[in-house]
Amino acid sequence: MTLAPSPSPTPGAAVAQRLGSVRRPRSVRVLWLLVVLAVLVAVMTTSVAVGSRGVGWSEIVAALGGSSETIGEAAVTKRIPRTVLAVVVGAALGLSGAVMQGVTRNPLADPGVLGINMGASLAVVVGFAWFGLFSATSIVWTAIAGAALAAVFVYAVGSLGRGGATPLKLALAGTATSAALISFLTAVALPRGDIAESIQSWEIGGVGGASFSGLRTVLPFLVVGFAVSLLSARALNSLALGDELAAGLGERVVLARGVAALGSVLLCGAATAVAGPIGFVGLVVPHVCRLLVGVDHRWLLPFTALTGACLLTASDVVGRIVARPSEIDVGIITALIGAPFFIAIVRRQKVREL
Amino acid sequence: MSDTHSLTAEQLTLGYGDRTVIEDLDLVVPAGRITAIVGANACGKSTLLRSMSRLLAPRGGRVLLDGRAVHGMPAKELARTLGLLPQSPIAPEGITVADLVGRGRHPHQGIFSRWSREDDAAVAAALEATQTTALADRAVDELSGGQRQRVWIAMALAQHTDVLLLDEPTTFLDVSHQIEVLDLLTDLNRTRGTTVVMVLHDLNMAARYADHLVALAAGRVHAAGAPADVLTVDTVRAVFELECRVIVDPTSGTPLMLPIGRHHMTADEPVAAGGRAG
Amino acid sequence: MTVVVPPPAATVDAVARNRVRRAGRRRAVITVLAVLVVVAFAASLMIGRTFYPPGDVVRVVLGQEVQGATFTVGRLRLPRAVLAVVAGLSFGLAGVTFQTMLRNALASPDVIGVTSGAGAAAAFAIVFLGWSGTAVSVTAIVAALAVALLMYALAFTDGVVGTRLILIGIGIAAMARSITSWVLSEAGAWDFAEALRWLTGSLNGSTWEATVPALVALVVLAPVLLVLTRQLGALQLGDDTASALGIRVDRTRVVAIVAAVGLLAFATAACGPIAFVSFLAGPIAARIVGPNGSLLIPAALVGALLVLLADLVGQFALGTRFPVGVVTGVLGAPYLIYLIVRTNRAGGSL
Repeated sequence: MTLAPSPSPTPGAAVAQRLGSVRRPRSVRVLWLLVVLAVLVAVMTTSVAVGSRGVGWSEIVAALGGSSETIGEAAVTKRIPRTVLAVVVGAALGLSGAVMQGVTRNPLADPGVLGINMGASLAVVVGFAWFGLFSATSIVWTAIAGAALAAVFVYAVGSLGRGGATPLKLALAGTATSAALISFLTAVALPRGDIAESIQSWEIGGVGGASFSGLRTVLPFLVVGFAVSLLSARALNSLALGDELAAGLGERVVLARGVAALGSVLLCGAATAVAGPIGFVGLVVPHVCRLLVGVDHRWLLPFTALTGACLLTASDVVGRIVARPSEIDVGIITALIGAPFFIAIVRRQKVREL
Repeated sequence: MSDTHSLTAEQLTLGYGDRTVIEDLDLVVPAGRITAIVGANACGKSTLLRSMSRLLAPRGGRVLLDGRAVHGMPAKELARTLGLLPQSPIAPEGITVADLVGRGRHPHQGIFSRWSREDDAAVAAALEATQTTALADRAVDELSGGQRQRVWIAMALAQHTDVLLLDEPTTFLDVSHQIEVLDLLTDLNRTRGTTVVMVLHDLNMAARYADHLVALAAGRVHAAGAPADVLTVDTVRAVFELECRVIVDPTSGTPLMLPIGRHHMTADEPVAAGGRAG
Repeated sequence: MTVVVPPPAATVDAVARNRVRRAGRRRAVITVLAVLVVVAFAASLMIGRTFYPPGDVVRVVLGQEVQGATFTVGRLRLPRAVLAVVAGLSFGLAGVTFQTMLRNALASPDVIGVTSGAGAAAAFAIVFLGWSGTAVSVTAIVAALAVALLMYALAFTDGVVGTRLILIGIGIAAMARSITSWVLSEAGAWDFAEALRWLTGSLNGSTWEATVPALVALVVLAPVLLVLTRQLGALQLGDDTASALGIRVDRTRVVAIVAAVGLLAFATAACGPIAFVSFLAGPIAARIVGPNGSLLIPAALVGALLVLLADLVGQFALGTRFPVGVVTGVLGAPYLIYLIVRTNRAGGSL
């Protein structure tokens, strides 16, 4: 009797096939890396050069050298920290979204969509209003704690019941939680004139008020977040195959997932602490990057950081240009770019998978 | 009365998007009998049934009920003659059996008409016929699979149609519930003369319960007629690409199909060539 | 039919009794809710910085002159209370229509962006175009319809699928909210009160000019939905079953969407998208009524009651005066999450 195995693919074969079809040659990846780096340099230059006031090249060069004698030079001097902040926050959000999508195996995961940024925002406002937490470091800690609480809560709510954390359930839980948090935020801030003034900055994120001292406060948190997230790449590759298979491959599933989620929450919490809630960067960037470099997280994660930086910096520049002489907060621009993208992803998915 | 209702398809062509599922199909459903439609997966069984109940407009040809095209008939008028039980109907959360069965009265009610004694009688008759009277106050979502299917059939009965189409009424049911549902449909046919058309997965069940068996292959009728004439080794080979034996079912006298695989054969069984037919 | 076996009279009687009991329960609930709405309405006319006894209020409403009360009750409290009722009824009715039609409690127009779309358009018309009154209402309804149709078109790949519709709605809601934020930040000074009206809904500064269009819309459109009660009930059983019951599924759905969106848009143009009322009214009504028939009227009444009570709480119970939308938002959010948890656990329609 012949015992030739039936052609039904074993899990291993299916995986190999899946990885094979999306693996990009190294040369392609290196090429894209160079392209993204070039784009980043270009948008950073534009971000310093362009704004509501036009300035000449000589002034820019002088300002970069530390001079702020003319009005133009002074304007540029203010744009430098802003650009740096946009780059850092964009990188953090892009990477955070990629890790979140990996951890939840969910194409719609994003710190904004899941309400995690809003959790950080509310925590900061509550910290101001009820506990008098105004010092820069305590703001970052509260933001991160708020982000973590919101993340755990949304994930817990979204993963109850049949089918675990499906994209629909997670997105709904996130939106619902977001809406709830905004209402609470308003209710907390409204009776206090001192906070109500700045409430807009906690409902919509922006990088307009950037300063190097603010950046310095969050930098340690971001560095740890970047390190933890990037080191999770290999674990995320295993998790992408499903929990059972990942465990079979020797991954400690719960631990790996917890560590990666921690890195992601650190990143988006710290980013929110310094720039307010900015949505959709973490959603859009990983999808674009997967098209460019494939699904291997060891390449994908660094790429999402770079691309996130490009996207946020470019969005900030756009926000400064389109509404001259006033500015549109970058959080609004990213939502206007990101929401149609979100819809496109939803349309591409099979209903069964939602 | 139901003997006068004729349901036929003429040169019917059906499809979704740019895919054609049924092409140039002719079908006559015998009035007052039970017809079962069988065929391989994706051969267009459900599509055909959906079109016969007006859910899917034909690309070409037409479906005629008593000589009138169903796709041109007023919706309510059609719904008073022809009922359909889809494959996976949806029960709203918490709805009670009596309420659900009562929804079947819709085609008999006007916008402003009040609920009548006649409606109550129809619901009661449907509950009795399906032996669900005792369940009337229960919520549909807490019933067992077999009970739930009987309730859905009760809703279709309350609709009081002489023709009833069912899309795989026995899927997801264990074997005892399958028999229960098919026996119920037979009762209906015998006592009320309801014309039953159902898509069935299980060839042997179809052969046992149907008066008229229709085998579809590649969007056309491959064979139609009495089960004993249709369920043959040749038909099964052509429709399912499967080798088999057909014997007489010792319990019912209907044909019984025994599939032949590549394993588990007694010595006297001819081995199928190449392991797979065709 | 060849043989009709008449059902036993006892069974027919049991079926009839069962039906009468369920209808009775529903009628009782409707009556109680209606009484509560009237009481809350009266309370919101009487309560305020100055308390006016029922007698004074009745005289003012009848058009008689009462010292002080004529202005306070007649000009300030009456339009506000009427708008609260009209908006509540509209949001409740429209919300439960969407939820029934899409067979998902979470598919209410405030979750899926229709209300935010109307809010964004109204804010735009007021801030940028300097419009007011009917023009704003028209802008809001055009925007809400456009959002609803856009959503329908985007979700339509092979037949409209509820799941996809909801997710696309979430995306559109995010866009609409950021447009509102942008409009408001462009308005120069960030006027907090005005901003809150368009982000969460507020009854502050209600006038007859704003209330009347919403009232007219309610009078015209509510009957349309009520006539569709039975069709909507059949749509709950799935498109195929509804169609087999003789319902023109697409036509019913389009009429219901247009009517519901109209209700929402006019109410939103008058007082902003009051958070979560559309979403809450249906499930609360379902809880009270039980599986005893259509939820349209009970949900409308629950909506009115919610807005009236939330406005009273927001104005007088908390020290600071909160706009009604903040109160419904804070109250509604935990319920929303509870609902998600419960539905998920039951393995329900999500």
